[in-house]
Amino acid sequence: MTQAAPSFDTAVTDYPLMLQVSGLNVYYGESHILRNVDLNVPKGEMVCLIGRNGVGKTTLLKTIMGLLRPRSGNIYLERQSILTKSPDQRARAGIGYVPQGREVIPRLTVKENLLLGYEARADRPKNRQEIPEEIFELFPVLKDMLWRMGGDLSGGQQQQLAIARAIMGQPQLLVLDEPTEGIQPSIILDIESAVRRIVATTGISVLLVEQHLHFVRQADRYYAMQKGGIVASGPTSELSNEVIQRFLAV
Amino acid sequence: MFTGILDGIFNGLSVGSVLLLAALGLAIVFGLMGVINMAHGELMMLGAYTTFVVQNGFKQLGAPWTQFYIFFAVIAAFLVAALVGLALERGVIRYLYGRPLETLLATWGVSLILQQFVRSVNWVLVIGLILFCLLFFGGLWIVKRRPDFERIRNWAIAILLPLSAAISFAVGSVLSKTYKLAVTKPWFGAQNVDVTAPKWLLGGLPIGNYQLPYTRMFIMVLTVLCVLGIYFFLNKTPWGLRIRSVTQNRNMSACLGIPTQKVDALTFALGSGLAGIAGCAVSLLGSVGPNTGQNYIVNTFMVVVVGGVGKLVGTIVGAMAIGITDYIVGTGILAQLFAPIPPLANFFTFFATTSMAKVMVFFLIVVFLQFRPAGLFPQKGRTVDA
Repeated sequence: MTQAAPSFDTAVTDYPLMLQVSGLNVYYGESHILRNVDLNVPKGEMVCLIGRNGVGKTTLLKTIMGLLRPRSGNIYLERQSILTKSPDQRARAGIGYVPQGREVIPRLTVKENLLLGYEARADRPKNRQEIPEEIFELFPVLKDMLWRMGGDLSGGQQQQLAIARAIMGQPQLLVLDEPTEGIQPSIILDIESAVRRIVATTGISVLLVEQHLHFVRQADRYYAMQKGGIVASGPTSELSNEVIQRFLAV
Repeated sequence: MFTGILDGIFNGLSVGSVLLLAALGLAIVFGLMGVINMAHGELMMLGAYTTFVVQNGFKQLGAPWTQFYIFFAVIAAFLVAALVGLALERGVIRYLYGRPLETLLATWGVSLILQQFVRSVNWVLVIGLILFCLLFFGGLWIVKRRPDFERIRNWAIAILLPLSAAISFAVGSVLSKTYKLAVTKPWFGAQNVDVTAPKWLLGGLPIGNYQLPYTRMFIMVLTVLCVLGIYFFLNKTPWGLRIRSVTQNRNMSACLGIPTQKVDALTFALGSGLAGIAGCAVSLLGSVGPNTGQNYIVNTFMVVVVGGVGKLVGTIVGAMAIGITDYIVGTGILAQLFAPIPPLANFFTFFATTSMAKVMVFFLIVVFLQFRPAGLFPQKGRTVDA
């Protein structure tokens, strides 16, 4: 059991990094939420962030996306600081965000929701009215629902829609916030395999917040959070039951 | 009896289409963006004054042109109001999103400024304003290109603002001293000005013993075109999709890469431009004054509230319902209808004047909102609470 695992973090800076978060401090008013958070996502890898409810995982993702402003620290996307960029600029810089609670636009159809994914594309695809077939290969359930309102879908379908929408923008980094929260087990497996396929076929990096153990084990590396700080990290293969007991079990 | 009702419906639709045209822009700004824009009426007023200016300009051009000025006036009114709206959004409202009370006060202040502006606008004022904008924003633009802009920003503004204000003020007073009345005479003054409809809009279509004026029909057609245009824009174009997305979930739209600030500016400019078209339309119905906008602002808010915030179809039905009720009550048709029952007939005769009809309509709206607080077409589903 390595507390804070400094050896791993210094070693990882030799890797080509997709995302680098260093010394991040975030406050809600005067309450200190994130304390000196350092986190790296190497290119082409899937990194999982674990921790109990309320330790600041979602806050970290929101700060990476630009919805919250840190008081100190920096965030680099491919070695470029994105701290001064607004959320829409960060999205166009290549971060695809699937938030907690999905946030599908409720009064737009599924197709319109998917088309919004194009907004993040740096290149302007010619035919912006069509949904590429790969999306339906990943999530076949969406194909029959293109004309339904996004808000009328079930939780699992909304989750698949939210991931598909993020993939439409061809991001370099996919940020997933608890994609299996409150979703029935069979669909959890669907989502899991879809995310695995996305990583395998496109080679993008993934930052995943997850409580579902089976999904956590798919990642290459893990970071564990407690009380707003990173307290353990390492390859997922070394993720022992002891660590899980300490940081995940209720 | 039958012609009376038909007459009521026609005229109600006509009043309703004026209301609808005026409320369309508000339905977008208030309904979709949630911004209470008290200056909406003044944007209408600007549209009406633009029509007046275009009319006078075309009078100079001679015979064939004077008949068609109205089409150019519609476009010019849209552009002028949209530009003013854009400046209003960029300069004031964007700092106040999510703070309805402050927005209300700030836009009310803007409405007063605009009213006084058309009363006292003259060459000195216009030249001074243009000079000030050139000096201040031009100066800022030059300073902005320096690498250390962020550091000297406050200093630059502190120096540029009084300097450019002083220069423009000095130039203005020199101009007014040298040229006297030629430059200090107000363009419009506090009096109302008149827009005369082109000849082919005079007269009307006879229906029975009643005439439906062509100007009213022109406004109806204009309204229909605007509604169709807005519907098409919001539902079939990429910018329309962005607008609908941002109005439903601003943060998530930003996270998807939609430039929300551009969308806000565009939406507001669109709503303001529609107010300009409405102003162009009402200038055909009567004389235009600095207070023209105030006569419409309350009614248009009523239309949007009755219709249900955020739904175009609600705005359409709301405008027509208010228009028809207003006309039927106001002209005493109901009083005739209830003639056999004296107390009721007396009751409706009492309300059969324009101002009392308004009292009745507002009373009915208050009662209606007790039962349907969210309007005719409320947003449904779990998204409402969020």
